[in-house]
Amino acid sequence: MAEYKWPEPEKRSLIGKRISRVDGPAKVSGKAKYTYDIKRPDMLYGKVLRSPHAHAKIVSIDTSAAEKMPGVKAVKVIQEPGTEIKWAGDEIVAVAAVDEPTAEDAIRAIKVTYEKLPHLVVEEDLSAAGDNAKPAAEQTAGEPEKAFGEAEVIVEGFYGLPVITHCCLESHGSISEWEGDQNLLVHISTQAVSNVANQIGRPLGIPAANVRVKQDHIGGGFGSKFQVDRWDVTAAQLSKMAGGKPVKIMLERDAELMVAGIRPSAYARVKVGAKRDGEIIAWQSESWNTGGSGGGGSPPLPYVFSVPNKHTQHTGIATNTGSARAWRAPNHPQGCLVTMSALEDTAARLEMDPLDFFLKNIELAGRFAEVYREEFAIAADLMEWKKNWHQRGAKTAGPVKRGLGLSLHTWGGGGHGSNCDVIIHPDGSVEVKMGTQDLGTGTRTAIMMVAAETFGLPLEAIKLMIGDNQFPTSGASGGSTTIGGVSASTRRGTLDALEQLFEKVAPSLNVQPADLEAVAGRIRVKSDPRRGLSWKEACMKIGGTAITTRGRNPGPGTLNSSGVGGVQMADVSVDVETGIVRVNKVVAVQDCGLIIDLKTAESQVYGALIMGVCYALYEERIMDARTGRMLNPNMEFYKLAGLGDIGELVVHMMTGKAYDERGVIGLGEPPVISPGAAISNAVANAVGVRVPSLPLTPDRVLAALQYPDREGGSSKNGGNDAGI
Amino acid sequence: MIKIKPMAEDKKQKAHIRFVLNGETVEVAFAPHKTLLEVLREDLNLTGTKHGCELGECGTCAVLVDGLPILSCLALGLDMEGREVTTIEGMAEGGCLHPLQVTFADLGAAQCGYCSPGFLLTAKELLERNPAPTRDEIREALSGNLCRCTGYIKIYEAVELAAARMRGEEAEPAREIIHGYE
Repeated sequence: MAEYKWPEPEKRSLIGKRISRVDGPAKVSGKAKYTYDIKRPDMLYGKVLRSPHAHAKIVSIDTSAAEKMPGVKAVKVIQEPGTEIKWAGDEIVAVAAVDEPTAEDAIRAIKVTYEKLPHLVVEEDLSAAGDNAKPAAEQTAGEPEKAFGEAEVIVEGFYGLPVITHCCLESHGSISEWEGDQNLLVHISTQAVSNVANQIGRPLGIPAANVRVKQDHIGGGFGSKFQVDRWDVTAAQLSKMAGGKPVKIMLERDAELMVAGIRPSAYARVKVGAKRDGEIIAWQSESWNTGGSGGGGSPPLPYVFSVPNKHTQHTGIATNTGSARAWRAPNHPQGCLVTMSALEDTAARLEMDPLDFFLKNIELAGRFAEVYREEFAIAADLMEWKKNWHQRGAKTAGPVKRGLGLSLHTWGGGGHGSNCDVIIHPDGSVEVKMGTQDLGTGTRTAIMMVAAETFGLPLEAIKLMIGDNQFPTSGASGGSTTIGGVSASTRRGTLDALEQLFEKVAPSLNVQPADLEAVAGRIRVKSDPRRGLSWKEACMKIGGTAITTRGRNPGPGTLNSSGVGGVQMADVSVDVETGIVRVNKVVAVQDCGLIIDLKTAESQVYGALIMGVCYALYEERIMDARTGRMLNPNMEFYKLAGLGDIGELVVHMMTGKAYDERGVIGLGEPPVISPGAAISNAVANAVGVRVPSLPLTPDRVLAALQYPDREGGSSKNGGNDAGI
Repeated sequence: MIKIKPMAEDKKQKAHIRFVLNGETVEVAFAPHKTLLEVLREDLNLTGTKHGCELGECGTCAVLVDGLPILSCLALGLDMEGREVTTIEGMAEGGCLHPLQVTFADLGAAQCGYCSPGFLLTAKELLERNPAPTRDEIREALSGNLCRCTGYIKIYEAVELAAARMRGEEAEPAREIIHGYE
């Protein structure tokens, strides 16, 4: 049996190098096909009528006018009269028509009456949540009361961050069509190609085996595209009603922001107790959040630092808003912002450099304490921390104040279940087939790198097929689980295939299969590299039937593991007259075990830092308490950072023996966790007061400067009403 | 209550225009209400121009009309009569990628790639009028394009590297682009 391990560093020709994405040329030339680009013969366009009310009961639905309209091919009531609607934007009726304007006209011709019910859409004020607040059990460790009694410094603060959305550039949606009445073809924008058939088959009453699922490219998911949505099932139902013709439903931009996923908010009152030398001894937090009408989990508090004496209590608030979905590193950015802000405030009270303060307490960070220590040293160097840091409140003249902040984070990222088929044809061509997907993170590239590395072939010698559920199943791309899963299944499958090839080749070289190696396009004898065959000659020994193997994860050998640490530092300038925050520089030092492709790994971190700048400074879902509707379901008022808003970004990936030995670990989540905390801490360092809630918009900054003791910042509405 | 008038019959009357698309004269018939974005994607099957917000907010659908970047979701197809339109499919010349396409692909400026066509065409126009843009000038030119993944840093670097190569310099990426921060 093959020995399942990664090649030694000196023997790697591709792994760990900076390799460009293999699908880059297709993407830059417009050839890459996304779900939104799919156009099928005789395709109909589906549109959805959505509830204008945040909380209501459907009294009546009259679709008769829509059904009679020329060009309308199917009308489907999604939720019947009598149903309670729990958020504005929820799906009520869908139609399929020959073109989009006809479908839109039909939607407008549907009459729905509602009985309005009271709603709650704003949760920053816990005391206003009433029965919608669902307190969880209090949790205590150690002796918090005693510890606070012994504390020499006690710092109290309020911290929060609002609900944000995923705002994928390619909205959610799919195209469904029937072949007969039992077989369905679905093109869908998804993070989980292998999971779609089961999810859509069940509500349609057909076996998952009868569902074919395809996706070449996806325009963003960020955790919001794991599940088959009701509109996807509806498209399939409309298609059936229309005699099997393809029906396409892609969400409009406003629906994308209202119903296609949110990141839960988090607000917390925190008390930290410390010794005068900086030792953290006690933590107390009362936190709350909303994840829409269902749950949103709760932020881990305190984050990373396991304070020995702690008392925590969390309350989930059900609001009449769209549901939470995984958003890169679910609940970690929230836990991180609250914790790192509270700890930085404690350091400031102690007049300690937070770097010294964090390092003093780094043993509380557990398993990755040494990783953090090593990373902080590198980050401090790249940021010139010791030279540039000053006590809280810049003393410089003029309105623009500069400050530094830092944070740290952790994540799991163990590889998901993954299967692939590896085929070596007698003509030397190589195929790898896997029911995975590439979110733009470079999954295609990584799989091809692993296969090419094992076979000693160039990248382009591997023909890779993904994005289709006829290939072996592979897990959903989320939670930083993809790279660990697909790299391990590919490595095992290719090692097994290579072993079979060695068995075919060994007799002709008069050696044992174990004496062979695949290097630089040749199968050669390890002890005498001059003896060997070219890859093509070697494959001619296969005979008539191609070698086929199945690679799996999990499986034998240690190819991947779970758990990483990362640190970040931010340098900001704040204009105390206008309240405008600018990010000058962010340094990210990140560990993710053995790196397959250094270039795509770094681009994950760059992207995460910019997403972090987005939610630190700009992004928030703003709800209207009176109407219960979202006020900014568009990309003009739902603010994202542009090219000019990001500052200098410096990314350093940890590499070397100790990191390699842990095998491959995912990276999508960890670097997006710390930016909010690091930037918020930098702003506090610059202006001398904590701006309690993200995003750090001008109104919040100015309010914090004017009323430094007011909880929550600018307004009671979690948002800048003034900003709209 | 707005009165709804059935439209389907009217819509069958198609507009018919002729314009230059990616260097070739085309004639196309389409429902007259359609935006340029819809005409390109639905009637000419050129789906490289992406559909992002359809409200002129994200820049994903940018194309060049008479050499200038416009948002195709806000332009009427009818207005293209006699104009010259360049889409991402027309950016490569004779099967050879434009220098910007090369650097975007090589440096990882395209991650999910959905925003890339809009960025590329907007950047192409910038480099045609300003062969040596500063970062501020790049920022200004590309400020209407949003990326969510996000590749902004690499987009800056890709535009700068392509500009240098188009000026005839034998430019290579900066050391930290290849080797990182060590």
